[in-house]
Amino acid sequence: MDLIATLKALNACHGPSGDEVEIASTLARLSAPYADHCTTDTLGSLVVRRKGDGLKLLFSAHMDSIGMIVTHIDEKGFLRFGKLGGLHAPDLLATPVRFKNGVRGMVALDGKVTPKDMKLDDLYLDIGAKDQKEAAAMVQIGDTAVFDTQTVVSGDRILSPYLDNRISCVVLLLALERIKNTPNDLYFVFSTQEEVGLRGARTAAFGIDPDYGIAVDVTCPDDELNADHSGSTRLGGGAAIKIMDSSVICHPKIVDRLSNLAAEKQIPTQRDVLRAGGTDAGAIHQIRAGVPTGGISIPCRYTHMPLEMADLRDVEACVQLVTAFAETDLNEY
Amino acid sequence: MLKLIKTLCALDGVSSREDAVRSYLMEQAAPYATEMRVDAMGNLIVFKQGEQNTGSKLLLAAHMDEVGLMVTAITEDGYLKFDSVGGIDRRVLIGKPVFLGPKRIPGVVGLKAYHLVGKEEEKSLPKIEDLYLDIGAKDQATAQALVSLGEYAVFDSHIEIFGDGLVKAKALDDRIGCAVMLSLLQEPLPMDCTFAFTVQEEVGTRGAFGAAFSVHPEIALVLETTTAADLPGVAPHKQVCALGKGPVIPFMDNGSITDRTLYKRMTQLAEKHHIPWQTKHYIAGGNDAAAIQRSRDGVRTITLSAAVRYLHAPTSVACIHDVQSILELTRHFLCAVAREG
Repeated sequence: MDLIATLKALNACHGPSGDEVEIASTLARLSAPYADHCTTDTLGSLVVRRKGDGLKLLFSAHMDSIGMIVTHIDEKGFLRFGKLGGLHAPDLLATPVRFKNGVRGMVALDGKVTPKDMKLDDLYLDIGAKDQKEAAAMVQIGDTAVFDTQTVVSGDRILSPYLDNRISCVVLLLALERIKNTPNDLYFVFSTQEEVGLRGARTAAFGIDPDYGIAVDVTCPDDELNADHSGSTRLGGGAAIKIMDSSVICHPKIVDRLSNLAAEKQIPTQRDVLRAGGTDAGAIHQIRAGVPTGGISIPCRYTHMPLEMADLRDVEACVQLVTAFAETDLNEY
Repeated sequence: MLKLIKTLCALDGVSSREDAVRSYLMEQAAPYATEMRVDAMGNLIVFKQGEQNTGSKLLLAAHMDEVGLMVTAITEDGYLKFDSVGGIDRRVLIGKPVFLGPKRIPGVVGLKAYHLVGKEEEKSLPKIEDLYLDIGAKDQATAQALVSLGEYAVFDSHIEIFGDGLVKAKALDDRIGCAVMLSLLQEPLPMDCTFAFTVQEEVGTRGAFGAAFSVHPEIALVLETTTAADLPGVAPHKQVCALGKGPVIPFMDNGSITDRTLYKRMTQLAEKHHIPWQTKHYIAGGNDAAAIQRSRDGVRTITLSAAVRYLHAPTSVACIHDVQSILELTRHFLCAVAREG
């Protein structure tokens, strides 16, 4: 499986929070050769199982992306939208967008508002419709749109929309391909609705009732220009072993195990302490009677902007770490 | 229906003190219920067998509680300090009459005299800490004899009918949902239905968590009210929804995203049966669907709401035709789920 080709294939799919059917079916197709079993649960999460006799180990990477949802079509044919996940007005102006049915458009600003003061309510989508009737024939209220930007590679780095969290979906797919023998009962969850509050992972994890959980997600690094030290990682520093974010304090046993494994297999790692932002780990560790949970993160600059940036070497390190943890005997600690 | 809404809105049921509402509903539901129980949190859960024995497959939910005030301190001169229970817009509080506790002790939300308000102060909204409740007590001891700390207060609000089928009352959120459920309970149903009259929705959908966990449904329909801003000077894209335009079928709110298959099904049912319907034109609010959806291994949820103006205010306004349409659409929904699963 080629990393970039797979990422591009995933980004061609529609899958904002609550509307993940298309991305789920593509992930099911890509996982099928390496899975014993693929199911979709009530909230739409894809559960890929590699059967084993041992303890249940759950890996979760959310497949939903942030996006826009149409709330109103005005007489000029302009669309007002609500946010699916963390959208910030200053990041959006003039961004190209794409609807599930292929309709294209762009984000524009109400002329009465100066860019300095703009809020999400001041933005609208222009899909090239000449009036309300024409717009209503192209999209309906409740339809969702995503960034329609391109994936490119520059040196060791990928610039792409939705590295949050399609790059982690790629990590799980590549690990699925590499895992040979495992004593564990493996569940790879591609979860829904993470961006609106870790909703899909919660119910998926309840259904699986795992012994251990690992969330794979991007993390905000501390190496952007004048970064404010709310994160601890840097691009190219290796797979980031999550210590905590605002949704979880990772189980020390998992942190140690991941660190020791990485040292043993010479996988480059760094420690991920994030003051803002949550991951599926936040939901997984609190289900039922509690699940020892950790996280493996890919440092990603400009998260939630129409283009995000990650380092290919970090991605590779994450694949190695996921593979190593999946193959380790969980009964031995 | 109107009579039922009037009766239900007249009852007091601030979050966690839903007793009066629950007692009335129990009494009314008893002749029609197959099974009935009150859970640890206080949710009233009524099971009614239908034509098809589908067990716990379908849950209908509406909350019994309403927003209100709670007494937090009694001052030396006999005034009460208070906090809000649930989201209350403090712009609407000042000068409003209230009733405290089950004895319905009358009071009024007071503020310092207008001639003492400075020019700058007049421009800003008083904080809830600056307001007090006046129950006519002459000192602390008199006040203490009438109320205790933690006592709740509800708005003193007349229920009136005006305009074209409009009703104004306190607690329309969500006695409307309770009224729709109670009406359904009294009819023969096409499938088994579990009705959860929930507690503590207004303080964070707290009752619904437990109700959904114990019922363990596959599908849930939440019967609710939602904020309407169909008022002069509000831009069309910020009006959310409007009175008299039929049930609101939201595709999402701040608490949950509606199951897309159920959304399609509900809107198609409305079209097919020529029931007027609308969706929300702005994302605001949240309801019990948020808690129910995330229960156990997940529940597919959808909401039907009545558009209500001045939600969470002493007097809110709804349209009775919308409520009747909600009842009608819910009947069609039950038939569709019974028929097609």
